[in-house]
Amino acid sequence: MKSRILIADDEPNIVISLEYLMRREGHEVSVARDGDEALEMIRREPPDLVLLDAMMPGKTGFEVCQAVRDDESLAEVKIVMLTAKGRETDMAKGKALGVDAYIVKPFSTRELAEKVRSMLADPK
Amino acid sequence: MNRFDWRLALGVAVVGAACLLWLVVAGVLLWAVLDPADWETVTEALGGRGGLLLFLWAGSLIPVAALLRYLIAQYIRAPARLAEEAMLRVNNEKAGPLKLRGSRQNQRLAELLNGLLEKQYALQAEMDDRVREASRQTELEKSRLAALMSELTKSVVVCNLDGRILLYNNRARIQFRRLSRTPGVAGGAELMGLGRSIYTVLDRRLVQHALENVQRRLNRGAGAPSAQFVTSTPSGKLLRVQMTPVRQVEASVQNDAPRSVAEMTGFVLLIENITDDMQADSEKDRLLTSLTEGSRAALANTRAAIEVLEYPDIEDCMRERLLGVIREEIQGLSERIGEVQQSTSKALRSRWPLEDMLAGDLIEVAIKRIRSELGLHAEHESVDDELWLKVESFTLLQALLHLAGRLQEHCEVRSVALRLGEREGQAFLDLMWTPDQGDGNKAELGWDMEPIRVGRETLSLTVHDVLERHGGECWIEQEVGDKRHRCFFRLLLPLATPQEELPTATFMRHESRPEYYDFDLFQSSARSESLDDCPLGELVYTVFDTETTGLNPAGGDEIIQIGAVRIVNGKVLRNEYFDQLVDPRRLIPPAGIQIHGITPDMVRGQPAIEEVLPAFHSFCSDTVLVAHNAAFDMRCLALKEKQTGLKFDHPVLDTLLLSALVHENQESHRLEAIAERFGLTIIGRHTAIGDAMVTAEILVQLIPLLADKGVHTLGQARQAAQQTYYARINY
Repeated sequence: MKSRILIADDEPNIVISLEYLMRREGHEVSVARDGDEALEMIRREPPDLVLLDAMMPGKTGFEVCQAVRDDESLAEVKIVMLTAKGRETDMAKGKALGVDAYIVKPFSTRELAEKVRSMLADPK
Repeated sequence: MNRFDWRLALGVAVVGAACLLWLVVAGVLLWAVLDPADWETVTEALGGRGGLLLFLWAGSLIPVAALLRYLIAQYIRAPARLAEEAMLRVNNEKAGPLKLRGSRQNQRLAELLNGLLEKQYALQAEMDDRVREASRQTELEKSRLAALMSELTKSVVVCNLDGRILLYNNRARIQFRRLSRTPGVAGGAELMGLGRSIYTVLDRRLVQHALENVQRRLNRGAGAPSAQFVTSTPSGKLLRVQMTPVRQVEASVQNDAPRSVAEMTGFVLLIENITDDMQADSEKDRLLTSLTEGSRAALANTRAAIEVLEYPDIEDCMRERLLGVIREEIQGLSERIGEVQQSTSKALRSRWPLEDMLAGDLIEVAIKRIRSELGLHAEHESVDDELWLKVESFTLLQALLHLAGRLQEHCEVRSVALRLGEREGQAFLDLMWTPDQGDGNKAELGWDMEPIRVGRETLSLTVHDVLERHGGECWIEQEVGDKRHRCFFRLLLPLATPQEELPTATFMRHESRPEYYDFDLFQSSARSESLDDCPLGELVYTVFDTETTGLNPAGGDEIIQIGAVRIVNGKVLRNEYFDQLVDPRRLIPPAGIQIHGITPDMVRGQPAIEEVLPAFHSFCSDTVLVAHNAAFDMRCLALKEKQTGLKFDHPVLDTLLLSALVHENQESHRLEAIAERFGLTIIGRHTAIGDAMVTAEILVQLIPLLADKGVHTLGQARQAAQQTYYARINY
């Protein structure tokens, strides 16, 4: 079964790799360049999983996450937060806002792929 | 003594009356005892000679009067005079000893009194000496304290519990001058001055809160209670303030040593501008973040790209894009590292306490030490004296001595030279020597890695460590001069931003030590009663004078100079004055220039009245305004009210009216005339500040004279002045 994945990140350099990786995993991939675009795309066509960068222009990852979690109809959307902020406080914030997984950069692509696979297999 | 003496008259009258009475009684008795025939004989014998009898009676009164007069002089007047004279001499040694006059007893009494007075004088003199010595000691201690304070590099302000300033040092003056909104005009004197409230510069609530904290700790019996707070100023500076209490001092009963108790009488504030520190801190934060979080993202991008590249079946165009990503991210990382390195050398290094030092001073000390400790000949060559270095001079000098010592030991160098200059934003300090011909350069750079050795003392530091602390470097270079070939150790050192040094003129305009303290203010407390009930001696005055283009302010004449000085605690604060020229933006009539000496050239470029009056307004806040012929000056200020929005609604006293009140019989109450009467010299008559100063001195002299006239409070002074004749003159 093809899953739909949204990559929300303003850095093209990571998007290239993530997009390739997810396609290769057999998912259907779309890309958002900032927080507002990401939220709009999630609302228009809810993906199964979002790879969400924490620091983006417009709405930050945290704000997007909060907006998604405030919307009952989007409860099924799984959120993986990708962030350069490795502090405990940031992780706590992510958890509190309803992030399903919090991954600190730099990360191993293999582990990320596995994480995504297992999250998609595991119904919420 | 020609005065009619009632005692003599009375005495004579009494004796005369007694004689007369005796005669009459004798006559009556005779008449009663004798039979009529005998009485007849007696009257016959006396017949017609009754007048003789009366004459005899009157004549006998003359010796009586003489005797009485003698007795009065000897036994009544002489002791009375003695008493008066003795009284006069009790407090006045110059009158000389009592004259021995009058009766023998009186003379003995005078002798006795002379002896007693002699003893009294001796005692008095001794007391005076002791008091003088004690107060001299106190003065000495006070000025020593003030001198000490003025040398401190931290701002120190001492206040009483009401927040009134009792002492401040130069540094505080400079710091608060920077806080002033119009630093050019009053030089910050409107903020920092004796008797002024600290709450004009620091938030009252912050200070009160800190005071409560300190008081709580004091009550708990803490040994050295203090409190800290950080506050920001309107100009955006951050100040860290440390508060320490000034405790009540009590002489304990057992021994006379003063003992501090838990009661506070005031507080000391140590104020530090931490704006720069905070900036350095946030810069460090920024660097750290850019190193961690910034690198994380770049590493993530690179890692992901590499991992994707590892798939064997990747298309060529994708491979190219991913390689591009890696190149770009690596490039970015390199740039970031470069940036961090550059800024760390500035921001992260400040942890070691380096101090600012003038290059000239450092070299001078270095040469002295090399000569005295090593016995080497040392001299300086082209030293840029004006350069400010940021160094830890003690260890730096040790490092220099170590290197010079090694040269002396190993290369048999007998003479070194020091050179200091600036190159590419860094200072270099060269220790130069001429190596022996033939042997070449035996100096080794390895010396900078061995523990520093000076004399018999070895430190745990190396020259390298010392330079590390400075973020500097060290190497050996050679140069070929005109004839000879020389070597030198080059030490790179950081430069300091040039120090803000206050022009000495700011402090030295008066020869005496600035009045930066007045501990008498400790005793004064908040005035609860209205100003009108306040004794004249306890008020704070701003005595001012204005020079104007002419005498008709309503007709367009403008202020061209304002001078003011304050009186606190009955003392004229000659160092906290306000002296400002004002651009009138109109012609200054030549007639006036002859009087005040202010030419159009002098006021050009000076601030206009809208700029000067706010500073002057804060300078005289919470004080009583005083001027000579105040009506005129107040009129000038009032005319500007609309323009500046500033109301000078302070209570006002006029020295002209007060002088008229005290010396009602004098003809002139012009400033010169009054000054002459009080023996004051005017320095700079018809300059605003000169006139203000002398007016202030006059007021100080007038206050006790007013008290003699029963004028004690501000209210009484204002009322009495209103009633004098001059009050009716209106401008």
